Amino acid sequence: MTLTTNAGPAAIKADYMAMIQRKRLYSGVLLVVFFVLLAAGFNVADRRNAGGFWDGLHKIFDFPAELLGEAVAKAPALPGHLLHYLPAMVETINIAAVSTLIGAIAAIALSLLSTRGLARWPRLIPVFRRIMDTMRALPEIVIALVLIFILGGGPVPAMIAIAFHTAGALGKLFSEVNENADLKPVEGLASVGASWLQRMWLGVLPQVMPNYLSYALLRFEINVRASAILGFVGAGGIGAELRVAIGWGTGRYDAAAAIFLLLFLTIVAIDQVSSHYRNRLVRGS
Amino acid sequence: MAVLEVGIDLPARKAAADKLFARKRLFAVGVPVLVLAYLTYIFFAFDLPGIAARAKLENAGILLADTYSYKTHVERDNRRSGIKVAIEGEAKGTYAAEKWPEWIRRQGEATIIDLGSGHVVRFDADAVRYDVPGYGLLTIVQREDGVSLDAPSGPLPDWINASDTRVALATAAGRLTVTRNRAEVFRYSFGWELFWFTLDSPFYGKTAGELLAMVVSGDAVRPGTSNLSAMLSDFWNNAMWRHGDVAWAIFETVLMAFLGTMGAAIVALPLAFLSARRFTPGLAVRLGVRRVFDFLRGVDGLIWTIVLSRAFGPGPLTGSLAMLLTDTGTFGKLFSEALENVDEKQVDGLRSTGANALQRSRFGVVPQVAPVILSQVLYNLESNTRSATVIGAIVGGGIGLLLTQAIQTQKDWEEVSYYIILTLLMVMMMDVLSGWLRRKLIGGSSASARAR
Repeated sequence: MTLTTNAGPAAIKADYMAMIQRKRLYSGVLLVVFFVLLAAGFNVADRRNAGGFWDGLHKIFDFPAELLGEAVAKAPALPGHLLHYLPAMVETINIAAVSTLIGAIAAIALSLLSTRGLARWPRLIPVFRRIMDTMRALPEIVIALVLIFILGGGPVPAMIAIAFHTAGALGKLFSEVNENADLKPVEGLASVGASWLQRMWLGVLPQVMPNYLSYALLRFEINVRASAILGFVGAGGIGAELRVAIGWGTGRYDAAAAIFLLLFLTIVAIDQVSSHYRNRLVRGS
Repeated sequence: MAVLEVGIDLPARKAAADKLFARKRLFAVGVPVLVLAYLTYIFFAFDLPGIAARAKLENAGILLADTYSYKTHVERDNRRSGIKVAIEGEAKGTYAAEKWPEWIRRQGEATIIDLGSGHVVRFDADAVRYDVPGYGLLTIVQREDGVSLDAPSGPLPDWINASDTRVALATAAGRLTVTRNRAEVFRYSFGWELFWFTLDSPFYGKTAGELLAMVVSGDAVRPGTSNLSAMLSDFWNNAMWRHGDVAWAIFETVLMAFLGTMGAAIVALPLAFLSARRFTPGLAVRLGVRRVFDFLRGVDGLIWTIVLSRAFGPGPLTGSLAMLLTDTGTFGKLFSEALENVDEKQVDGLRSTGANALQRSRFGVVPQVAPVILSQVLYNLESNTRSATVIGAIVGGGIGLLLTQAIQTQKDWEEVSYYIILTLLMVMMMDVLSGWLRRKLIGGSSASARAR
């Protein structure tokens, strides 16, 4: 095919510049619309808030200052508080760990069942995918609140809620990993009469395990935060203690400060350790 | 040509291989054993046997039944005259006198309540009578000092709970409770009653066809407004289901996620440049900005929420600002990693044509990092919609607040299911929207963003 045009390079350049101008104009308009939306959104949120943004801005350091002041004033009590709240922190970490573990195991099964070429029942792939989508979409708090109503407070509702969501979220990521798995070992195993479970266990999992672990570690980090927050709305762990400490009015801020510190240190530590191991897993040691 | 060294120490090789095998075997057995041991520890640490004892499975039954059915209370209070019929026992759902559903009839002094499948309760002047098919007639007499139950001979079945002051019975058709002054019947029916219109609306109880006819016809039910707008307003302001408030709550939740995510991206982008080695040679600035990111991420969203709600009070703004702060940390780290990993070749190419620093960034760096940044932002937008539900429950805004309130009052479980379904739809819509935008703006799937 030949492009026939009578116009010289100057005309082509003019055309091109016009196109660029138009594109820039569209991008500019889009950007303006975006910022207007953002500003309008902040405005709406500000109006529906109990206290306004500008009224509250200068008070932003009041609470941390109060907290720190009391913590410093009662500094000798701090190690005691830290020790006192350590079991609650451990419970929060345990909720996250066990729900990551159970969720990841469920996710492995779900993801293998919903990957083309690996699925046990290829016709059911869309079914398992929809199941994962639904599990992923359901916020943890919904399940946690319903389960608190049925099972009473404590770590178990939070654990089930987080595990449920984790299974959906990790399942999706795992199935993306599975898509890239080499099928030759699976075929080899099939040729010697291996069952589906054996093919998955010996043919697929050794290939994908490092990626699985890396995703699971990341999820663990997210789940620690989630389990702290769920504690605050009624499940057990450090969140519940924090609610009591700040809900008691004045005089307990030293305890709240200890909890903040504990939570902060835990999250930073888990963040560092998990990113270190994830780097090792993905890049190879 | 190199000569292959033949002097391999075979026994040593074999020993090394054996050691490797032994380690692998240990690993294959050890990991499952460790997992099992951990789960056993959790089993006792979380007191699962105790949970099984404490679990109130009847609550699950109530929840499940309420999600697909509603109950109508029929109440006779001897201290007041007349019979009150109300959906879910709420004032908003009370039927006007004598405009009851057809299963309640008046017969002289008596009121006959047909619970269906042969179960009939009569509120007579002298007693409350319940004819239970397959069992017999129960007569409950209300006296000054209590109630007395007259049942067929034989021991009382366990669905009857009778004392001197109160008789309560629950059958498959419904429930009846009689005390000295009150007699109350619950009748369960299928569906979400009053979902569209409440009883005081002229559109209540009309079929879709009738409603359509009313829209088309000219006679206004309410003078001055068209039937369609009256209908929409009655639906929107439905006192029982509060559709208007619920829609606002959903909007507020999405708004929180949008403001938090986009605000964080806007704040994090310039800071990310400051923390990337390529763009900021000064070590102090770089490390300082990175510590800020670490701090923002480490102070969890929960803590930010609490601290900010002290300053700004409860509401959606507090929630969005809390998310903005946490996400600034996350985005900052990811963006600066993306900036560090930019391929040098494109920048060099631009430099060879004489481009200045700004042009090199615009045409050499931005096209490389934009897909990573965009897909990360869009992914967080979807995930933050879920977080906004939880944060809303804490800061008192959005669907999270409605959900916690509805669950904590422990009634109206059909509203809880309604909110759950709406939340699910909201998150799925955001998922679809962010996926669509990602494909539109970037093209192709980018699992890499979600991976991080």
